[in-house]
Amino acid sequence: MDWLGVYYYWAFAALLMIGFYAVIAKSNLIKKLIGLSMFQSAVFLLYITMGKIDDGTAPIYHEGISQQIFSNPLPQVLILTAIVVGISTVALGLGIIVRIQEEYGSIEEHEILGIDER
Amino acid sequence: MTVFFGVFLLTLLLIVAIAIVRADNLFVAVMLGGIFSLLMATIFFLLDAPDVALTEAAVGAGISTVLYLAALALTAEREKRHTVHQIKALVVVTTTALLVIFATFDNVQFGDPTAPVHVHVGPWYLENTQRYMDIPNVVTAILGSFRGYDTLGELFVVFTAGIGVLFLLGTRPKKDTEAAETLIPQQSETSEGLRNYLIPRLTGRLLVPIILLFGLYVQFHGEYSPGGGFQAGAIIAAGIILYALLEGETAALRVVPQWMLMALMAGGALLYGMVGVVGMLLGGQFLDYSVLADNPVTGQQLGILLIELGVGMTVSGVLLSIFHAFAARDKY
Amino acid sequence: MSLLLDVLSWGLLSLGGVFVFIGGLGAVRMPDLYTRMHAASLTDTIGSILIIVGVMLQAGASLATLKLIMILIFLLLTSPTATNALASAALISGNLPKVATQYGKDPSQ
Repeated sequence: MDWLGVYYYWAFAALLMIGFYAVIAKSNLIKKLIGLSMFQSAVFLLYITMGKIDDGTAPIYHEGISQQIFSNPLPQVLILTAIVVGISTVALGLGIIVRIQEEYGSIEEHEILGIDER
Repeated sequence: MTVFFGVFLLTLLLIVAIAIVRADNLFVAVMLGGIFSLLMATIFFLLDAPDVALTEAAVGAGISTVLYLAALALTAEREKRHTVHQIKALVVVTTTALLVIFATFDNVQFGDPTAPVHVHVGPWYLENTQRYMDIPNVVTAILGSFRGYDTLGELFVVFTAGIGVLFLLGTRPKKDTEAAETLIPQQSETSEGLRNYLIPRLTGRLLVPIILLFGLYVQFHGEYSPGGGFQAGAIIAAGIILYALLEGETAALRVVPQWMLMALMAGGALLYGMVGVVGMLLGGQFLDYSVLADNPVTGQQLGILLIELGVGMTVSGVLLSIFHAFAARDKY
Repeated sequence: MSLLLDVLSWGLLSLGGVFVFIGGLGAVRMPDLYTRMHAASLTDTIGSILIIVGVMLQAGASLATLKLIMILIFLLLTSPTATNALASAALISGNLPKVATQYGKDPSQ
């Protein structure tokens, strides 16, 4: 068992859960959103880790060099677009948070719930 | 050797992640988020994904930091200490983490070339990119042509998110319309940017054209080196946001006015779709670029160039519109 | 010749690493924001110069070296500017150096 390689997977698990913790335990909406994007980053990390091949290089052909080992380009394509989609959705979330602040005067979950109950 | 670098960087990444969650001050959390993204980009580079690293660095460390800061300026900078479910959350999180870690022992070994991920379509793309479109960067080839439908979908997600933010923040709050006239002089004061700070302003002015030039290089050299529309769009947007921070909102809107942003947003997505439709009219399938020129390979190259241009236009337009939507809103 | 280049470049790289490490140490150990920034920014500049020159020796006369030169120019422009902006922002927001607060002086007067 290649322990050093397994560390990548463990880091993915830890990062996923740190982000998840921020989402469920923090009351501040912006903190929740940061946690969510951290969760997302962990998934990106898993995909790219899966695509790596030993002794591989970036999947770009160079003239005059034949017989190279390339890492798998497919996960890279998926994640590349996912990052940009991720920032767009984060921006949408931030927009909603700003509107919540304007309506409720707060971005703390418990305060908003308290206002709603009244 | 690279695995050691990887372990070092991953440990740093986890430390930064914990620091972000623990930070009371959201401003600190956002700044640490920038460091988080840069570390992430370095790790992606170590894992042979320069395209992804470039995107993460431009988007995560550049644009997302600016967006978070803009949102913080409109809300509150400090988080209130209030965690009701702390114990429950910790239990849930630890259990799930242990389960995931337990599952990793059944995962394929890191870097194993015979792993299931690497036997299916991946090798086919690597073998056939040269034959069908003759461009060196396989990532761009897959993004633009082999999986062009996916990318079209992603682009429309970005487009839709941009429209959503404009719906949420584009309209002025009712209260302000009456007081709009009194607000104008006050606004021009705050939207001056860094005009009074000589050194950042001079250096920034020097850098903005270089950043834009680099963005264009990344855009049009994406078939030969890491790069492409998504990265270029983010870099160009970052350059113009830097200009807006230096010279103020109004100056940036004078350079790239609102109608141009709208045209970029819609035009890019439209260009992408049109390339597909033109392919259909010329007798091919939707998003089949081979029919665009006499030679199928040239047609593919032309198609990829055009759709990358469309992607770049939409991404930069959306990111800039989002930035302006946040920046134009006054604290309420 | 190539051995000499290797030795030289490794020397530069390690020296750069040492400088960056000292900078990091200073950023942790120094008493207030300004001295921390001073430690980190100065060592960072010399560290990045040494490291990039070391990598340049490895790359030889190629396109990579040209790109490295551009990166170096970019770093030399941006990092002092960032330090300056950070320091002036800290001063404006009312974060006084420890020396000033210790002796009861206000440098803004």
